[in-house]
Amino acid sequence: MASLDDLKKRIVSVKSTQKITKAMKMVAAAKLRKAQENAEKGRPYSEKMNNIILNLSNGISDKENAPKLLSGTGEDKTHLCIVLTSDRGLCGGFNTNIIKKAKAYFKKISNEGKTLKIITVGSKGYDQLKRIYKDNIIEKISFKDSKTINYLDAEKVGKVIIDIFGKKEFDVCTIFYNRFKNVITQIPQEQQIIPLKASKAVGDLSEDNYEFEPEEDEILNNLLPKNISTQIFKAMLENSASEQGSRMSAMDNATRNAGEMVDKLTIEYNRSRQAAITKELIEIISGAESL
Amino acid sequence: MMEGNFKIEIASPEKMIFSEQNVQEVTLPSYEGEMGILKDHVSIIAFLKPGIVKILKSPEAINSFFVEDGIIEFYKNNLTILSSKIVNVKDLNKDKITQLISETEKILKDEKLDDNSRYLANHKIDTLQSLALN
Repeated sequence: MASLDDLKKRIVSVKSTQKITKAMKMVAAAKLRKAQENAEKGRPYSEKMNNIILNLSNGISDKENAPKLLSGTGEDKTHLCIVLTSDRGLCGGFNTNIIKKAKAYFKKISNEGKTLKIITVGSKGYDQLKRIYKDNIIEKISFKDSKTINYLDAEKVGKVIIDIFGKKEFDVCTIFYNRFKNVITQIPQEQQIIPLKASKAVGDLSEDNYEFEPEEDEILNNLLPKNISTQIFKAMLENSASEQGSRMSAMDNATRNAGEMVDKLTIEYNRSRQAAITKELIEIISGAESL
Repeated sequence: MMEGNFKIEIASPEKMIFSEQNVQEVTLPSYEGEMGILKDHVSIIAFLKPGIVKILKSPEAINSFFVEDGIIEFYKNNLTILSSKIVNVKDLNKDKITQLISETEKILKDEKLDDNSRYLANHKIDTLQSLALN
């Protein structure tokens, strides 16, 4: 049995760990509220953008000459996957869930004999993927220095994707991120962004014909790259809310576990202290009796 | 709603910048020239070039925004402006304008810049300079 001193030291150490996890939980809760607000605020833009693109692509008469970002290259050989993860750890299964989803997709791609290229956003994703997919990762991006999620960062990622697409180095592009449902549930998502699979319109989609200035295809050519950045930005916002949510529940669990451990150790400590006292008493009594 | 008025929303990716139920007229720096929108304008989707968006709530109440690019949609008396680079003119001071101009000038120095971007950058400088004068 561990000595009294050792037990005491362990209790103190677990207690200080508990303090840290508790503080992290509080911080995550505060950040979560902020992240959720941001995600909420960014919604009108991406929804409107989506609607405009739907309207535009409906207006295009000549489907053959539609922009490549919308209709695809016509081939399905090379897949580019953007894996969005966090830069910090200690957030439960957040990163692992995204990676698991992505890996399942990677496996499917390689089983079909297609080429796989990966861009990781966030250093945790790179750390987890580099062991198996080192040769597939063509770029790793990290925004460790950015304090908040901002659109400029998303635009940078968007630009990288467009540049690679311009060089005709991939046909299909998919992004992986966690969608925030609530504090305990975050759902890993895969979303194809090139060629664009527009999600359903939010609100009423206009039926009547629009006037366009300049022409539809010119607007689309300008708008589609922006839409890529917008989609990435949306994913980043969802991701950051999920990350904080996941961290919050992970830290909550950790705090609770630490509490249980302290209780257990305290009981053990008290018991051995009592045992030691009893032992001493017995020694004294039997010493006195023998006299 | 008062007669002759329509609704306007300006959104950036990060947040809703401006929203107003009753505006009389909006002037936009559309890609192919200045464009004014009044109530019951035909449905339109247009692209913006650098310039000033002027929102006229009443002849006395005018809001101006400086945009670098963006897209607008007008549909059933709802005007939506989506722009990633938009600032309220009120928030622009001389220093900020000078900074923006020098940033744009740096872009212009790039020899490989295509004509279209060059034209837009020049236009942006012109707009900013006219703002700085006021």
